[in-house]
Amino acid sequence: MLLSELAMGASATVIEVKDSVTDDRIAQRLRDLGFVAGEPVRLVARGPLGADPLLVQIGYTRFALRRAEAARVTITTEAAP
Amino acid sequence: MNAVAAPLRMDASRDHTHLHVALVGNPNCGKTALFNLLTGTRQKVANYAGVTIERKEGHYTAPSGRSVRVLDLPGAYSLAATSPDEAITRDVVTGQHAQEAAPDLIVCVADATNLRLHLRFVLEIARLGRPMLLALNMMDAARRRGIRIDTAALAQKLGMPVVETIAVKHGGANALIAQIDDAPPTHPYPQPATPSADLHAEVRSILAATVSVPRRTAAIDDAIDRVVLHPVLGLAILAIVMFLIFQAVFSWATPLHDGIDEGMQAAGAWIGNALPDGALRSLLTDGVFAGLGTVLAFLPQILILFLFILCLEESGYLPRAAFLLDRMMLSAGLTGRSFIPLLSSFACAIPGIMATRSIPDPRDRLTTILIAPLMTCSARLPVYALLIAAFIPQRTVLGVFNLQGIVLFTLYIGGIVSALLVAWVIKRLRRDKSEHALMMELPSYRMPHPRDIAIGLYERGMIFVKRVGGIILALTVLLWFLSSFPAPPAGASEPAIHYSLAGMIGRGLHTVFAPLGFNWQICIALVPGLAAREVAVSSLATVYALAGNEDGLQAVVAAQWSLATALSLLAWYVFAPMCISTLATVKRETGSMRNVLVLAGYLFGLAYLASLATYQIAKALGA
Ligand SMILES: Nc1nc2c(ncn2[C@@H]2O[C@H](COP(=O)(O)OP(=O)(O)OP(=O)(O)O)[C@@H](O)[C@H]2O)c(=O)[nH]1
Ligand SMILES: [Mg+2]
Repeated sequence: MLLSELAMGASATVIEVKDSVTDDRIAQRLRDLGFVAGEPVRLVARGPLGADPLLVQIGYTRFALRRAEAARVTITTEAAP
Repeated sequence: MNAVAAPLRMDASRDHTHLHVALVGNPNCGKTALFNLLTGTRQKVANYAGVTIERKEGHYTAPSGRSVRVLDLPGAYSLAATSPDEAITRDVVTGQHAQEAAPDLIVCVADATNLRLHLRFVLEIARLGRPMLLALNMMDAARRRGIRIDTAALAQKLGMPVVETIAVKHGGANALIAQIDDAPPTHPYPQPATPSADLHAEVRSILAATVSVPRRTAAIDDAIDRVVLHPVLGLAILAIVMFLIFQAVFSWATPLHDGIDEGMQAAGAWIGNALPDGALRSLLTDGVFAGLGTVLAFLPQILILFLFILCLEESGYLPRAAFLLDRMMLSAGLTGRSFIPLLSSFACAIPGIMATRSIPDPRDRLTTILIAPLMTCSARLPVYALLIAAFIPQRTVLGVFNLQGIVLFTLYIGGIVSALLVAWVIKRLRRDKSEHALMMELPSYRMPHPRDIAIGLYERGMIFVKRVGGIILALTVLLWFLSSFPAPPAGASEPAIHYSLAGMIGRGLHTVFAPLGFNWQICIALVPGLAAREVAVSSLATVYALAGNEDGLQAVVAAQWSLATALSLLAWYVFAPMCISTLATVKRETGSMRNVLVLAGYLFGLAYLASLATYQIAKALGA
C-alpha cells in the first residue's frame, strides 16, 4: 500500500519510493530524508483540512508531507523482515 | 557584531597560521549557535529548519595563537540541493563557489538526538574526500533523553575525529576548539557519490554499533503534538496565540507608551523654554522632539511584538503552525513553508523576503515575496497605534477583550486576507501548474532561554532606536527644512508652513489624494514615509507642530480629522506601497525589475482603491 493510505497512528515499513516523473527530485529528496527500504514509519498526525498534510515519523525525525508526496512511498504493514 | 557577509575571496591563499573552517550540516542542528559561541557574534538562531540563508564569516584566535576564519553555512539535507540556500552550502563544500575557496577543514555538525538523519549527510560529505571532523551537538538534550553514544567507536567507524559540543552552554565548544587546533587535517580519499539507500544502510550499521537510543522521539514532543496538531484544538490554539499577541501589544504597552510620549513632550517644552525664539528652537521642538518623540514612544509596542515572535521562533511552534495552515495556504496558491517568511514579515518585510530562500519551489517563492509586504510590518505599528488611540475608545468588550486590540487585530487580518487573495490571483494567472512539494521537518520543542530572548529584544530595540536616531531623524530634519522655507510673505494670513516647499508639495499631491479624504498634511507625510514608514507619524507631528498646534499629535488628530479620514488612512497603510528598501530587496532577491514594478504597481492600486472605498463608504454612513 501507499504511505498516503496509512491509518492514523499506524506503523509500517518502507518498501521503496517511486519516481512519479522521470528524474523526480521530490522522490530523490524523500530517499535522502530516509525513506528507503526497510525503514519503519509511523503516521503521527494529519492536517485539519482534508487530512492533509501528513506528519510522518521516520528514524528520529518528523516530516510533514503532502498526500501527493506520501503517495510516492510504497509501504507494507507486515512486520519488518 | 563582527560577522559580515563573506567578502570576495578569489584566491586560496593558504598559510599555516591561518585556518579556514566551514560549519556544515543538516538544518537546525545548531551550526549558527556554535558559530556564535566560537566567534562571539550574534547571528540569528531559531528552532526551525532554514534560519541561516547566506554564508556568514567570523574569526577567533585559537589557544595556539593561530587565527581561525569560520564560515557559517545554511543547513542542507543533501548535496543534491533543492533550494537556493542549500545550493550555497553545496557550492562551498565542493569548492565550486564563485567567491569562496574550499575550506581547509569541514566541521560537520550533527544533532546527537537526530543521528539517523544527520549521519547520512555526514557520510555524503565524507565521500568528497576533504579534511573534516564531526561535532556531535546538542549533547545536553541527548543525555536528557538517555541517548548513549560511543564517541571513540563512532570516530573509528567514520574515520574522522568526533567531538561532543553543547552550543547553548558557555564553554560548550571547548572540545571542538581544541580539536580544530591540534588535528592535522586528515585526508580521506574521495569516493564516488553513493546512492542514498547505501548511505542509509551504512548509517544503520554504524548506529547499531555505536549508539543506544531508549526511545526514538522525546515523549514530551509527542504529548505536546497530540494537542497542538489536533485538527480542532490545534487550530483553536493557533487562533488564540495570534489574537493574544495583538491584545498584549495594546494592553501591556499603553502605560509605557504614554510615559515615553509625555516625557518627550516635557523634554521638548523644557528645551523650548530654555532657547531663544528662532529657527534652532523650532528645529529642536517642532522637528526633533515632536517628530522623533512620537515615533520613539512606540518602542514598547515593538518590543512586545518581538517578545512573542522570539519566543515562538525558539519554541519550535512555528513549523507546527505551518503544518496546520499548509492546506489552506495551498488553496490560496502558497505553501506551508511560506508561513515562517510571512510571519517574519510582521517584524519587517525585508528579512521576511530574504527568508523565502528556504522555499525550494521558485513559483512558491516568488508568490511569497510578492505578498510579504502585505503582512503588517512593525514600522506600520506606530501609524495604526496612533490612529487607533485617537479614534477608537479604550473600552473592554465581552469582559476581557480590549476594543483597541480588536481593531488592531482586524487590521492585521485585513492584510493577511488581502495577501491570500493576491496569492490566489497569482496562482490563477500562472500557467505552470505542476506539483509543489512541502517536505518540512518539525523540530523538537525547546524552552526559550530567558537570556537569549532578552538579548534578542535588546538588539531589536537598538535597531529601532538607531533607526529613530538615523534615517528617521534625518528625514524629520529634512522635512522640517522643507516645511519652514521659504518663509511666508509679509502679511501672510495662513500658518507659515502653508507657503513652504512642503506646503506646496502637499497641496499638489492633495489633488490626487483628496478623494481618499487625505488632507494636505497627510499628503506631505506620505512622501518621507516612502523611505521609512514610521516617518509618516513623525512627519505629521512635525507638520502639525509647525502649523502651531501645541498639543501632542494624537490630540490634534482626534480633534481635527474626521473618522472617515482616519479609517481611510488606516486602509491605505494596510497596503502601503511605499517602502523603498523593500522594493530594493525584491530587486536583489529576484533579480528582476519587472517583479518590482508589478509589486509596487499592485500595492499602490490596492491601497488607492481600498482607501477610496473606505472613505466614501464611511462618509456616506456619516462618519
Ligand atoms: N539544547 C540544545 N539546543 C541547542 C544546541 N545547539 C543549538 N540549539 C538550539 O537548536 C536550534 C537551532 O539552532 P541554530 O544554531 O539556529 O541551528 P542551525 O544549524 O544554524 O540551523 P539552520 O540555520 O536553519 O540550518 C535553536 O533553537 C538553538 O537554541 C545545543 O547544544 N543544545
Ligand atoms: Mg544557522
